[in-house]
Amino acid sequence: MSLTTQTASQPGASGGPGRPGAGIKVARSQRNVAWTGGVALIIVLVLFRLPYIVYAGTTTILVQAFIVLTLASMWNLLAGYAGLVSVGQQVFVGLGAYFVLILALHGFSPFAALPVAAIGCGVAALPLWWLVSRLRSGYFAIATWVLAATVMLIVEKFSSIGGGTGMPLPGFAGLDPTQLTADTYWAALTVTVAALVVIYLLLRGRIGLVLTAIRDDEVAARSSGARVGLARLLVFVVAGAGCGAAGAVLAISQLQVQPGAVFSIQWTAEMAFATIIGGIGTIEGPIIGTAVFMVLQQTLQNFNAWYLIVLGLVAIVVALFARRGLWGLVDEQLHLRLFPTGYWLRVPGGNGGRGPIKLFGRGQSS
Amino acid sequence: MTGTPLLEVRDLVVHHGQLRALDSISLRVYPGEVYAIIGANGAGKSTLLRTIAGLHRPSFGTILLDGLFLTYLRPERRAIAGVAMVPEGRRLFGSLTVEENLKVGATYARPGPWNIDAVYQLFDWMPARRSQRAAQLSGGEQQMVALGRSLVANPKVLLLDELSLGLAPVVVHRIYAMLPQILETGLTVLLVEQDVSQAQRVATHIHCLLEGRTTLEGRPSDVTAEQIEAAYFGLAGTAGALPPSDATGQPGGGSESTWPG
Amino acid sequence: MAWVNAIIEGVLTGGLYALFACGLSLMFGVMKVVNLAHGDLAVVAGYVAIGIITVTHVPVLWSFLIVIPVMAVIGYVLQRTVIQAALDRSVLTTLLVTFGLSVVIENGLLQFFTANSRGIGTGLALVTGAFNIGSQIQIAYLLVTIFAVAVAVLLGMQYFLSASKYGRLIRAVADDKEAAQLSGADYRHVFGIAAALAFATVALAGIAYGMYSQLAPTTGTDTILLLAFAAVVIGGLGSLWGTLIGGIVLGVAQQIGAQINITDEALAGYLVFLAILVVRPQGIISRRAGS
Repeated sequence: MSLTTQTASQPGASGGPGRPGAGIKVARSQRNVAWTGGVALIIVLVLFRLPYIVYAGTTTILVQAFIVLTLASMWNLLAGYAGLVSVGQQVFVGLGAYFVLILALHGFSPFAALPVAAIGCGVAALPLWWLVSRLRSGYFAIATWVLAATVMLIVEKFSSIGGGTGMPLPGFAGLDPTQLTADTYWAALTVTVAALVVIYLLLRGRIGLVLTAIRDDEVAARSSGARVGLARLLVFVVAGAGCGAAGAVLAISQLQVQPGAVFSIQWTAEMAFATIIGGIGTIEGPIIGTAVFMVLQQTLQNFNAWYLIVLGLVAIVVALFARRGLWGLVDEQLHLRLFPTGYWLRVPGGNGGRGPIKLFGRGQSS
Repeated sequence: MTGTPLLEVRDLVVHHGQLRALDSISLRVYPGEVYAIIGANGAGKSTLLRTIAGLHRPSFGTILLDGLFLTYLRPERRAIAGVAMVPEGRRLFGSLTVEENLKVGATYARPGPWNIDAVYQLFDWMPARRSQRAAQLSGGEQQMVALGRSLVANPKVLLLDELSLGLAPVVVHRIYAMLPQILETGLTVLLVEQDVSQAQRVATHIHCLLEGRTTLEGRPSDVTAEQIEAAYFGLAGTAGALPPSDATGQPGGGSESTWPG
Repeated sequence: MAWVNAIIEGVLTGGLYALFACGLSLMFGVMKVVNLAHGDLAVVAGYVAIGIITVTHVPVLWSFLIVIPVMAVIGYVLQRTVIQAALDRSVLTTLLVTFGLSVVIENGLLQFFTANSRGIGTGLALVTGAFNIGSQIQIAYLLVTIFAVAVAVLLGMQYFLSASKYGRLIRAVADDKEAAQLSGADYRHVFGIAAALAFATVALAGIAYGMYSQLAPTTGTDTILLLAFAAVVIGGLGSLWGTLIGGIVLGVAQQIGAQINITDEALAGYLVFLAILVVRPQGIISRRAGS
């Protein structure tokens, strides 16, 4: 059986038994992407300056976009990397919002409550993980859904935090509206950037390796010592914290917390569809997906439920026919990776013009 | 034997991902033959059988049954055309009873001498156990039910994939002893077998694979033990090692094997 | 006495929940598909029935005869096209696709029918009347009928699966679809039949639910899907009669919850569901031989 690898056919590529092939290098990215990192930094800096440049209406829309982007990135981490399809992430959105509400009721500034809400949700993720961790995919999905519904019903029992109808978020009295809008915007931007950075570092490190190994062959991964359960737990906690942070931003941007709104399944629909369309399993995917989502939402916003219908249909089509989403289509043509997390083999002579060989990392057909 | 082959494979190339599992395999099975494919683990034997049955798509090559092109037909259409495979590991329907397993096998049966009663006559222990769940049977019993399930379809060619796997020799012997009865009803058998001596005992034609390539072919009487060993393990330099790489699979053609010397 | 009424009602609604559950159980048991749009299909059937009755003024029972076969056909087509395509990709894809379908259906219903809930009303004594046992116990005719229908459907399904050619094929394909192919069965067609059955039963259940309670666009996911899934999990996957027991346990739990606090009806059901998931994921009845 002949392995049809390209390396073996390269003259001079293997230096004979015992000697590593001359000139072969293992690289973290296919091209030098330091310049894309620089571009990303510039974009972020521009975004920070935005409230000084544009109208409040624009920043409000962007806040929405940042919330969806954070949620989508987290959902992508769960489903695209850890293989956990959760249909109940809205439980953390709601919990994050209620953390902020409870702290604000006790005199804290909602903005100060934001990091606490994120951490609180991360902690809350632990008992929830214990409940669902042993379940296989279909059961897992439904269980997360039930969890979200259950938590909402329990939360609604407490009239001190608004019961079934919700209540306004205190702690904003006396704030200048323009300042508030700008502060909300910066909070949202910070959360999103932090979320992306955390995800990038997570996937670039050992956890990323473990997750890829699990995805390829779980049994082999376990038997080679990879801490499968721990990796999944970590991902679930991070996703919980991330969604919680997004929920906190949501509460701040809405100036109120209503259980039906913050625990709505709609959040899962939005984060899932955005991720699927943009490209599940890549960090860039949710970014593109969120952009598509926002365009659709703004275009169809006078037509109520239509944007979800269209979004859903597009997501179904993408899931079936363009499995790696829009970013996947781009990636295949340009081999571009803004957030490199894979490993590439660089062969002298450019591998006969075919470019570096991908060893593993997201992008393998699955 | 001459005439038209019942089952013919031409230049079959099969890949598992990037791995070339079968490299230009050709063979011809004539009606009434017991054609045995032998080889070490990973040689590609099961892949060959599975590709013929339709569970695997070839990258290149042709498969013909009685002149009908099977190559791109789905497995169930091949079954209806007359190819019945007894898969490796039995693969019975565990939650169904013995009789229900046979009934499923008979659902798309061709007309012919085989039916459930005929299978019950062949395996005399079965009628008493007909209502037992298949998963509760022993390995040997399951193998016989699996064989029965394929027989009731009245196939033209019966594919047996590693019949002996996981079974005690006594049981294997007993099952193979039924082959003559099966052949009497007009079936042709193509089998894959790890146990070379067992294959030699029942086969009318032997075909050895090594790493996806044909290393030996011929009638058992024309082939020595050393030749088989060499072909099985791919030992270069021993007497009558690797044959010409374009083994055309002509059986007989007189009494010579395709081996030089 | 209120408790006795509650328990009886709980047991009888268990029949309805079992009707919802058996389609879900069938699709999961045979194709390994978790159909997240399952509940929404029931709601669609209910709405279509309402539409037919409103437009043509046929008796309610006729709507069953029209909607159920149509849903069965839709189920077959949907399975052979969209769901099979998703299955061929991966488990993840089927979850995503059925989730997408659920959202599309719900928002579609919202768009065309508004968020108001509707019921299927009839003037029939069958629907509005009740047995009276003594002066304190009332058992609605409708509930008893639904329970009887549910038991009949389950019996029919069991007979179909155990004794008919396609029933056997369905069980065989569920066990080992490759081996079934080797015996000449096109598993995609068999999957289609199973889906048609599932859609038919869930349509029946949806219309019945519309008669017993109200239907709104989100009822599919708010209420029905979780009930169906809970009944399957509690009763154990792979067991038809288990879904009945699961439905009954769920119904009774809900009624007990409602007796404690009227708003806790749904919560009680969810808690029982979560408890079973934690304690014994296989359910009360673990998988028996051939349903």
